[in-house]
Amino acid sequence: MPPASPAVHLRAAVALLGRFPALAGVDLDVDAGEVVLLHGPNGAGKTTVLRVCAGLVPVVDGEAEVLGVDLRANRAAVRRRIGMVGHASGLYAELTVTENIHFWARAAGVGTADGQAALERLEVAHRVWPLPVHALSAGQRRRVAFAAMLARRPELWLLDEPHTGLDAAGRDLVDGLIAEASAAGATVLFASHELERADAVAGRRVHVEGGVAS
Amino acid sequence: MSLLGDARLVAAKDLRLERRSKVGLAQMLPFALLVLLLFAFALDPDRGVLDRATAGLFWVTVLFTAVLAVQRAFSVEVDDGVMDSLRLSGLAPAAIYLGKVAALVVQLAVLEVVLALGVVVLYHASLEGWPLLLAVAALSTLGIAAVGATYGVVAARLRQSSALLPLLLLPLLAPVLIAATRGSDVALGREAGGGWSWAALLGVFAVAYLGLGAALFRPLLEDT
Repeated sequence: MPPASPAVHLRAAVALLGRFPALAGVDLDVDAGEVVLLHGPNGAGKTTVLRVCAGLVPVVDGEAEVLGVDLRANRAAVRRRIGMVGHASGLYAELTVTENIHFWARAAGVGTADGQAALERLEVAHRVWPLPVHALSAGQRRRVAFAAMLARRPELWLLDEPHTGLDAAGRDLVDGLIAEASAAGATVLFASHELERADAVAGRRVHVEGGVAS
Repeated sequence: MSLLGDARLVAAKDLRLERRSKVGLAQMLPFALLVLLLFAFALDPDRGVLDRATAGLFWVTVLFTAVLAVQRAFSVEVDDGVMDSLRLSGLAPAAIYLGKVAALVVQLAVLEVVLALGVVVLYHASLEGWPLLLAVAALSTLGIAAVGATYGVVAARLRQSSALLPLLLLPLLAPVLIAATRGSDVALGREAGGGWSWAALLGVFAVAYLGLGAALFRPLLEDT
């Protein structure tokens, strides 16, 4: 039986941001169920790797396959199967927590009950559910953003500095969620500067520098 | 969910955002009424000009305000990484587009009703020929929203979007302005002729742009 194709396969992948070569030939293979940490200095291209895998940034040269989908042919095709938590919350600031979760859950084709269950799982206090997102703290917004991603039950998690803004309990919670996701067969690719904490969760590290991964 | 179901989801979200933020009520409506008022002051000495220009002034006011509405409709998607969430959501771009159009139509329709009352009061206009007037208004509004949603997403991704959007939109909406004004003039009894022909032209424009916008929205939504 042939080996299963990797969840993420980048070979000599080049991506441009405007004219700037944000990725200058990245090689990266991530097997299904793996938890891989991307680390490197600021501006190395870690975020771009994640955005390429999400199909948000086009690959102009090389190979790029995510969950079996050739991103160079159709980078939108894989998006429903991916969950991403980036630097920005991705939430509507003037809608309440509940309204955001309901919207993003229904957009993803899952029930609003799944969204509410995700809020419970991220331990977002009920008292903030009726509040507009702009009234939340950064940490609370991050939990809600995580919940919106969790509700989709994505096969591939793309996390950019997932612990940023979270208190100690929140950081432990995120680590637990990553472990659970991996155990359930999801693949997790995340960027972090907190190497000690990240190493405890990740199966391996990939160093990114100057738009190249090693 | 179906395309229409997804579009309904997006439209409901946009209208909820508007109800929450009240930008339309607090900014667009006062702006529109102010423009009408200023025209009334400027042209008052010569009532003949104001009477003849009523329809044109009304639709120019609607167009200027529509630019604000479109800017607002897409600025909420640019803030805080929402645009990426939208692209990752799995919602069909055509559904996002149709939802945006629907929400814009509702907002512009409310605006036009208030402006119509303003025109009756300030310009002493009487709304005769209301079936034609209604048809012209509905189809113009649909056309404006269809164009606005198509180019709003283009401008939203650019740095000087607030300056660029009027430059993109207003020339493209010139046919709507002309047809809406002429059709309204016929409805108000200020011009003779085939008012329904102008309504038909507006309908063709709206349908054409709806199709074009729905088809183009995917590449327009993506990074280039």
